[in-house]
Amino acid sequence: MYYHGCRHLVQSDVQGFSKQSDGVPSDPRSARAMKVWAIMVLAMLLAACQPHDEVDEPSKPRLPVPVNVEFDPEGRPLPEVLASEQTLHRGNGEEPQTLDPHLAEGVPTANILRDLFEGLTTTAPDGRIVPGAAIHWDISRDGLTYTFYLDPAGTWSNGEPVTADDFVWSWRRVVDPNTAAAYGRMLAPVVNAEQIFSGELPPEELGVTALNESTFQVRLDDPTPYFLGLLTHPTTYPVHRESFETHGSAHVRPGNLISNGAYVLTDWQVRSRIELARNLHFRDADNVIIERVIYYPFEDENTEFNRFRAGDLQWTYQVPSSQFRWLERNLDEALMVAPWFGTYFFSFNLTREPFRDNLELRRALNLAIDREIITERVSQFGEIPTFNLIPPGLPDYEPPKPEYAEWTQEEREEEARRLYRQAGYSESDPLTVELRYNTSENHRKIAVAVAAMWKQTLGVRTRLVNEEFRVFLQNRAQRRVTQVFRAGWIGDYQDAFTFLELFHSGHGRNDAGYNNPRYDRLLEQIASERIPALRRNLMREAERMLLADQVILPTFIYVSKRLVDPRLQGWEENIMDYHLTRYMYLVRERGVEPEERTDEVDDEGGETGDGRRETDEQAGLRPINAFPVVFRLPSSVSPAIRRIATPC
Amino acid sequence: MLRYSLKRLASAVPTLFLLITVAFFLIRIAPGGPFDSERALPAEIEANLAAKYHLDEPLVMQYGRYIWQIVRLDFGPSFHYLDWTVNDLIIQGAPVSFTLGILALIMALVVGIPIGVWAAWRQNRPSDYTVMGVAMIGISIPNFVLAPLLILLFAITLGWLPAGGWEYSFSRMVLPVITLALPMIAYVARITRGSMIEVLHSSFIRTARAKGLPEKEVLINHALKPALLPVISYLGPAAAAILTGSVVVERIFTIPGIGSYFVQGALNRDYTLVMGVVILYGILIIVFNFLVDLLYAWLDPRIRYDDLESES
Repeated sequence: MYYHGCRHLVQSDVQGFSKQSDGVPSDPRSARAMKVWAIMVLAMLLAACQPHDEVDEPSKPRLPVPVNVEFDPEGRPLPEVLASEQTLHRGNGEEPQTLDPHLAEGVPTANILRDLFEGLTTTAPDGRIVPGAAIHWDISRDGLTYTFYLDPAGTWSNGEPVTADDFVWSWRRVVDPNTAAAYGRMLAPVVNAEQIFSGELPPEELGVTALNESTFQVRLDDPTPYFLGLLTHPTTYPVHRESFETHGSAHVRPGNLISNGAYVLTDWQVRSRIELARNLHFRDADNVIIERVIYYPFEDENTEFNRFRAGDLQWTYQVPSSQFRWLERNLDEALMVAPWFGTYFFSFNLTREPFRDNLELRRALNLAIDREIITERVSQFGEIPTFNLIPPGLPDYEPPKPEYAEWTQEEREEEARRLYRQAGYSESDPLTVELRYNTSENHRKIAVAVAAMWKQTLGVRTRLVNEEFRVFLQNRAQRRVTQVFRAGWIGDYQDAFTFLELFHSGHGRNDAGYNNPRYDRLLEQIASERIPALRRNLMREAERMLLADQVILPTFIYVSKRLVDPRLQGWEENIMDYHLTRYMYLVRERGVEPEERTDEVDDEGGETGDGRRETDEQAGLRPINAFPVVFRLPSSVSPAIRRIATPC
Repeated sequence: MLRYSLKRLASAVPTLFLLITVAFFLIRIAPGGPFDSERALPAEIEANLAAKYHLDEPLVMQYGRYIWQIVRLDFGPSFHYLDWTVNDLIIQGAPVSFTLGILALIMALVVGIPIGVWAAWRQNRPSDYTVMGVAMIGISIPNFVLAPLLILLFAITLGWLPAGGWEYSFSRMVLPVITLALPMIAYVARITRGSMIEVLHSSFIRTARAKGLPEKEVLINHALKPALLPVISYLGPAAAAILTGSVVVERIFTIPGIGSYFVQGALNRDYTLVMGVVILYGILIIVFNFLVDLLYAWLDPRIRYDDLESES
């Protein structure tokens, strides 16, 4: 999206000046001159079309071909396969709002913070939760007390040891209402956190203690099975107290920032680059191969795409959403698409006409949408059509499929028409509805498709309204003007609850206005349930209730999509889309003849190659069986999508 | 002249004050606030944030506080880029925008004026039409079309220049400067041609030619100076606009200038940042208009501000 933002205030002046001299020439000589001039201009316009053709059909760009990677017995790539310069250039979406992990929000910021800092737990390349700053931990039998034993090798980037006191101080800072941490609620399960947020108790009352220098204990109000997953979130990272107390809010500037992760901040040019260098004091520094990471902010996906094509980037944050066909044809080996932990849906405003107390109408609109067409023809990147709120891929949760998910689209449309009539509408008396979305080319296309499907199947008249993002958010939250509106959610932590809690009657983002005491009660039961199987059933029950009440109109599961230089290896796709630079490395480019890569590409099952498996073990990562996140593609996914979703 | 300058300076203060006032209240009218996001903040946190940035006070109080800040040349903290103040952001971004803007201005003048003079001299001949036709195309092609085409050609197909990114190096500046300068070259050429033609028809040029002066001398020494007056008046506001950066060019070439802050600041409801760049732009407009008037007096001996004042 470009802005027509040039501020030329003087256009009228210019025209005023040129008018005087641009009279039509009257003598025949001038008339001939005019003809010559016209031909020349025409020729030039034709010439100008030349590069334009290239926009549509440029020659296939050549990607570097990496050498085959071999590993030593410990699973590390052999030095001779590595590129001599280990500098990674990563495109990274918008400029971070802040690098203070406790105040930060947004995916681009989190990407950088995961390199700079390390929480008590961290993630393996495939997204599994593995030990981070804490080398191991005990969980009490009732699931309410966690005792973390910090890695004795854990040090800050200035060489000081990371202590349990650092965590105590940091977590108190997060819950302190004066800090105004954007994601402070991540620590809500901890004893007294709620009362501290609301100012009833001082931060010192938080249920965390340093048992000794290297033992950190946390007490929870309710057993929270996803608690270890929360600890990978930047809000739970330790912040260096002395540096904060010396520099105040400038403690995150280069030179001031002291971090405990694999990298340290060396340079920060606002809206230009953020540069990190390997942290020599990191507890696992010997296994970090990439020496420097440079994060580049991009306001425009096409710009980032151009920079990748020019060879300036090895990793992009996104790809131009309208270029799928071209990318698939020309940059297939670099295009990485994988299901993400997020859902694109539309939401009904249940507090206003026409959707208040009109379940039939909501169900009719839901069934009238052909999701396959939306994902295959409109969004195009292999998004997965869905009838559920919660994305598939969680190891301990299988979303309950509503029965109509198994029907054919014709059957769904038949039922939609029946429900539509039952709701009191007909061809002669159609529903007029307003569909609201935030301004974006992609959202517009999807909204147009949805409106067309409603029109075609039911005869619904849809008015499309787009609004600038913040206006849209405010209108959604106030529920005074909205009818159907676009929504979407990317899970904050690896648990179905991150989606379900949105529809609690008291939740700040419950813009549908869903108010069902039975649902609220279910959520409270889920929060206090200690037995995983029972908890899973309760969550399925809650999702089923939400779908039966048709609060939302689920559309598809998001995919993460990016371009990656084939020389960059050591990373894997995972549904949380977390990719820590410390696992990656750049391999040398193959000298001449590019070889067939069939042995790797043809691997259809979503499994990773042998080499990658070794790299996991390389860093001595111990998988935690209680919380494995293994990405599984749902069976409904077409083979074409499976292919692009498979890491090559 | 001094008295005139002082008078202009004095009149600039109320102008700026008006600008600040209008901008301050306009941006606050926009729905939504700086801390709205898709993830709703707990009410207590939101209240604390509001208190921290004084957003909980009545608007008039905030306005008073802001004016007092401005007087001390403190634009306040950015509401979006939490680690930086508006002063930090402008100090980092303005040199980038200024560098590109000044280079583009120089290029526009160095290329545009000779083209205009030449076209005027060859008035209504094929060469005139060709040059002016090209200029028309230059004006009509929007920079968001031109910039990607330049990148495609010079960075991706030919690989001569980088596709974007910023540092103070010739290769990184070429394409953005050309993108900024091309439409300006076209404007400058057209304006120069227009006024040059007018001047060439005036009696003092006829006199000069009658004296038998060589054509080159007539053009450069006699006609050019008065013919530049309209160019100068175009350049005043245009220079202020180009020095404060261009959203499009910054976006496409990933340049960390201040042009984006006009748009991004408004979209993020970053009240202080928008105010900061608007005030900067306002000051530049005032300064450049003043410079234009001074240049007028220098270029055209018929204009003498102090005389005018004493007469009236």
